[in-house]
Amino acid sequence: MTLLEFARGPGLQWSLVILAVGMMWRLVGILALKHKPDFSEPRAGGGAMFAGAVKTVFTRMVYAKPFRTQTTLASLLSYVFHIGLAIVVFGFGPHILFIRDLTGLSWPNLPSGMIYLTGVITLGALVALLIRRMTHPVLRLLSNFDDYFSWLVTVLPIATGLLAVAHLGARYETLLGLHILSVELLLVWLPFGKLGHAFLVFVSRATTGAVFARRGAAT
Amino acid sequence: MSTADINEKHPLDLDQARVSIKKPETRSDIQGDLTDQERVDTAMRNFVKDFGAVAATYMEACVHCGHCAEACHFYVQTQDPKYTPIWKLEPFKQAYKREAGPFAWFYRALNLKRKVTTRELEAWQELIYDSCTMCGRCSLICPMGIDIATLVGLARHGMFQAGLVPHELWAVAERAEREGSPLGATADVFEDRVEWMGDEHEVEMNIDLDQADVMVTLSSIEIQKYPKSMADLAKVMNHMGLSWTFRTDGYEATNFGMLSGNSAWQRDMSMKIIDAAIKIGAKTVILPECGHAYGALRWQGANVYGKPLPFRVRHISEFLAEAAREGKLKLKKVDKSVTFHDPCQVSRRGGATQAPRDVISALGLEMRETQDHGDYNWCCGGGGGVITIHRADPIRYKAFEIKMRQIDEIEADLMVTSCANCRQNFDDSQQHFQWDRKMESLLELVADNLIEDPA
Repeated sequence: MTLLEFARGPGLQWSLVILAVGMMWRLVGILALKHKPDFSEPRAGGGAMFAGAVKTVFTRMVYAKPFRTQTTLASLLSYVFHIGLAIVVFGFGPHILFIRDLTGLSWPNLPSGMIYLTGVITLGALVALLIRRMTHPVLRLLSNFDDYFSWLVTVLPIATGLLAVAHLGARYETLLGLHILSVELLLVWLPFGKLGHAFLVFVSRATTGAVFARRGAAT
Repeated sequence: MSTADINEKHPLDLDQARVSIKKPETRSDIQGDLTDQERVDTAMRNFVKDFGAVAATYMEACVHCGHCAEACHFYVQTQDPKYTPIWKLEPFKQAYKREAGPFAWFYRALNLKRKVTTRELEAWQELIYDSCTMCGRCSLICPMGIDIATLVGLARHGMFQAGLVPHELWAVAERAEREGSPLGATADVFEDRVEWMGDEHEVEMNIDLDQADVMVTLSSIEIQKYPKSMADLAKVMNHMGLSWTFRTDGYEATNFGMLSGNSAWQRDMSMKIIDAAIKIGAKTVILPECGHAYGALRWQGANVYGKPLPFRVRHISEFLAEAAREGKLKLKKVDKSVTFHDPCQVSRRGGATQAPRDVISALGLEMRETQDHGDYNWCCGGGGGVITIHRADPIRYKAFEIKMRQIDEIEADLMVTSCANCRQNFDDSQQHFQWDRKMESLLELVADNLIEDPA
């Protein structure tokens, strides 16, 4: 079995299994804990709580006005790399073919030149965020293995992908194999570290949204 | 006192190199005789004891973006990264991941998260108590929606049981549990002062009536430092012609049990009010101008009681707003401009942000909002028990500078709040900075401008 065959076969299967089982384990482990009943007289009832939960999932996508001056740079960079990743993952022709083989779903692709440019911009935003993490006193203090490793496993698929399309550094098949493996590493790591926020962000925002909507307070 | 174990309890450090610059010693207080190991175990056990799905979600969701620092007055004013709100929970986060989280077995097996030590918890005392008012401003900035203030409250449960509370805060909490008031306003003192204020301001006081629709509570800060508020409350209640009373068995609404982190004491303190209100058949309990009192009874009271409370709980500002709306308050118009300092627990975390503004508008005052106001108001820095901790004075004053700056900017005639603890902090800081402004009470402003029927 070649590297590419492994990556496309058992590597892919196992990483998806680990992603699904790991994330389920983590979510169930949190959500199965006791939900304490709240007996306080609500300022706003059940419907408002649900609305608050949904609303907060969206409103926290943008920082509230009083906080914007201090957060604009980092949130812009974060937006660039999140959207950039989405464009590259779901807009690149070969990716769409790969997904079609897996799921049967398919959609039109974006021009490859645009994908390459997006890839480079995404990489740039991630590098900028790493520099910020390593230089900002607050982030230096907070950061641990998870932060740096999660950064690495996010960057590797973009870097190897760019190398593969540029045919740089090794045979194309090897580069492609490494590229797919790096994605699998991302999938495997996702449930265990902070990348889990891909799922947890909804739970956490909605929780706060519901709790504070009940009090009629700002969410 | 035996000194046999003095070397273990207070080890001398004779081996450390002397060439480096001497760091200032971190001060931390300890209570009780637990061993180091017992302290850590107790802290962690009590931290996770009340851990539900909500707190666990918060523990799991942080992405270390560090933006909470920008919402915290203590960080913004010092630029010291250790005051980053989520960092204040670091040992508890570690312990959670190692002991309680979904992958705890994994972290333990590979020893990925170190065991937290007592020394760390001692060092963290300053972060969990001195430099956090649980004002929840950081909870509003968090892109993951983590309510950090709630987590600090849980961490305090652990710290209290482990005997790791700043001593002044521990002492006032203990006094509140023993005497019924953190500031010596015992039932007898309270009764005396109610009578005194009744005479002084010629207002009819109701105390210990057997039955009343409205039970009015106070904060010890008011009883001892701003006693006129007792007369003001009576004036407003009488003006509205209500059946109301103070009760010597349920008057103290501040809850130092909650602030210090002792859930049992928190319960005792809340139950006094709840029991007294039930005994007299009260339909409404009025909470005083006090922020944490509101959180303690309005949002946590029923959960302490274990079922819905058989009466309404309202903050005095909500009560006044409601009365003004229903035309039950006849008020003189005050031809001045005013700014309002939102008590964090009533506005941001309590949802009663609009109420004081309605009262201000009923008084015909011109409202001038500070740059950050309402739900995004900067905390005065004195809440969460911080004002009781003497060693926290310098950082508290530092945080207060934001308030002075923002209030000076808008040049309003009056500044008003509806929290006696904020007011106390403003008074103290005013003295410290020799600031030329005086914080006033919303209740007092209303009481002083009632149109009394000549009949």
